[in-house]
Amino acid sequence: MSFNPAILTDNWREILDGMALTILIWVAGTAIGLVIGLAVAVLQLFTNRWLAAPLTLYVAVMRGTPFLIQLFVIYYGGPFFGLDLTPLTAGIAGLALYGGAYFSEIFRAGFLSVPPGQIEAARMMGIGRLDIVRHVQLPQMLVIILPALANMTVLLSKETAVLSVITVNELTSVVQSIGSTTFAFAETLLFLALVYWAFLEIVTAAARRLEKRVGRFMLRTPS
Amino acid sequence: MTATPDTGSRPIIDVRGVWKRFGTAEVLKGIDLAIRKSEVTCIIGPSGSGKSTLLRCIAFLEEYSEGEIYIEGELLGFSLENGKRRRVSDAEVARVRRNVGFVFQQFNLWPHMTALENVAMPLKLARGIAREDAAKRARRMLEKVGLGHRAEAYPSQLSGGQQQRVGIARALAMEPHIMLFDEPTSALDPELVGEVLQVMRDLAAEGMTMAVVTHEMGFAAQVADTVVFIDHGVIAASGSPQQVFRKDENPRLRQFLQNYFERNVFWQGAEGAGAP
Ligand SMILES: Nc1ncnc2c1ncn2[C@@H]1O[C@H](COP(=O)(O)OP(=O)(O)O)[C@@H](O)[C@H]1O
Ligand SMILES: [Mg+2]
Repeated sequence: MSFNPAILTDNWREILDGMALTILIWVAGTAIGLVIGLAVAVLQLFTNRWLAAPLTLYVAVMRGTPFLIQLFVIYYGGPFFGLDLTPLTAGIAGLALYGGAYFSEIFRAGFLSVPPGQIEAARMMGIGRLDIVRHVQLPQMLVIILPALANMTVLLSKETAVLSVITVNELTSVVQSIGSTTFAFAETLLFLALVYWAFLEIVTAAARRLEKRVGRFMLRTPS
Repeated sequence: MTATPDTGSRPIIDVRGVWKRFGTAEVLKGIDLAIRKSEVTCIIGPSGSGKSTLLRCIAFLEEYSEGEIYIEGELLGFSLENGKRRRVSDAEVARVRRNVGFVFQQFNLWPHMTALENVAMPLKLARGIAREDAAKRARRMLEKVGLGHRAEAYPSQLSGGQQQRVGIARALAMEPHIMLFDEPTSALDPELVGEVLQVMRDLAAEGMTMAVVTHEMGFAAQVADTVVFIDHGVIAASGSPQQVFRKDENPRLRQFLQNYFERNVFWQGAEGAGAP
């Protein structure tokens, strides 16, 4: 058995399509997931328990069940509830809902990390709840939660591979089918590993740069 | 030292029969207290006696369990319907206490903002003042507390005394009618206490209405119009500094003052010098 990377270059067009699709799903799912996560965390903190209970249930269900099953339910079960999604839309929605639950937990911990005295001071000044979130809590907690957010974002890049079960031709399924028709398993698996590893490196580097920018005030030393 | 209190008018703060419970613990047990315009009221008492809780109830940072607190004639935090009280909205609470400033023991500055931003941000967000005007007023307030030259510093770059002065400037910028101070110098190194007390003296001399929880008996004796001694959640003694420090015979108060002076005597010859 020989090692022949040409297998990959021979099929570059399909691979590129799969990669583009994976990145699209990943970026869109993560972005929407972040919005969901932040919204859920804010609502959980600031509303009464009747509104908080369904949100807690949502988080528990998404964290407590396999992503694979969630995708099945959304894509194949959706039509029963009048929700007829294309595989791509169902995939992005699934990833966003799944990621959103984890992101909400990260944001929630972040909110709690800001000393309550600072929030009292802001309330005393008559600053509104959402302004407090935006101007007092978020800028401080971002530094603290960035590593956790980056970590979850990397995990989501790998979860995109599950979308092949609802017939989305994302990168893993494309490359695996090339592997099984050409028997070039080593090449294709190594290639996949390298791509997801590259995703990890990109996110980590981006998070580091962001951390430096938002964390400037913490690096200063007392004079 | 302070402007003459106008005793005739309606109090700015009127606390009537206020109780505060945390679960089954009764922390305030029927507090009555009126603070008039331009008066300085110092609140003293042992640790855990309920001083902070009282101040926090007046700011509605805690919901009081029973009684009434009026701020410039308006009931704070509740509405009365057929004798039953109902909690009002947060927005309504914010409206009634808009003229109350609060200075915290731990400063509670926002560490990701410069001194100037700390003072200017509430002006923009809560008062809708335009950016440049807010910055101008913030700079004026920092100058007032002697920190014009440190406007661009972050809290972590300032000493404790400077941080507390930023805290005072931040509250003052909102143009409050009354300032509440909860042990404003207790978190400071001893050599930094003076600069903060000086700012507070200047404020009192300008006629600011103030309620100050403090362990600085010298400050209370010199600046206060009224000294209130709280013990186990009740006002056990109150009156002019002269009455409370010299004449009052309440044994708990005598014990409290005795402990205070013993802690502060550092030289035999000083014994009795400042003691009652
Ligand atoms: N949030 C709270 N929950 C329960 N007990 C509290 C709370 N805040 C204060 N207490 C209790 O109330 C009492 C008075 O506290 P505090 O007003 O802080 O006293 P002081 O400021 O006079 O030292 C203390 O026994 C304290 O433990
Ligand atoms: Mg206290």
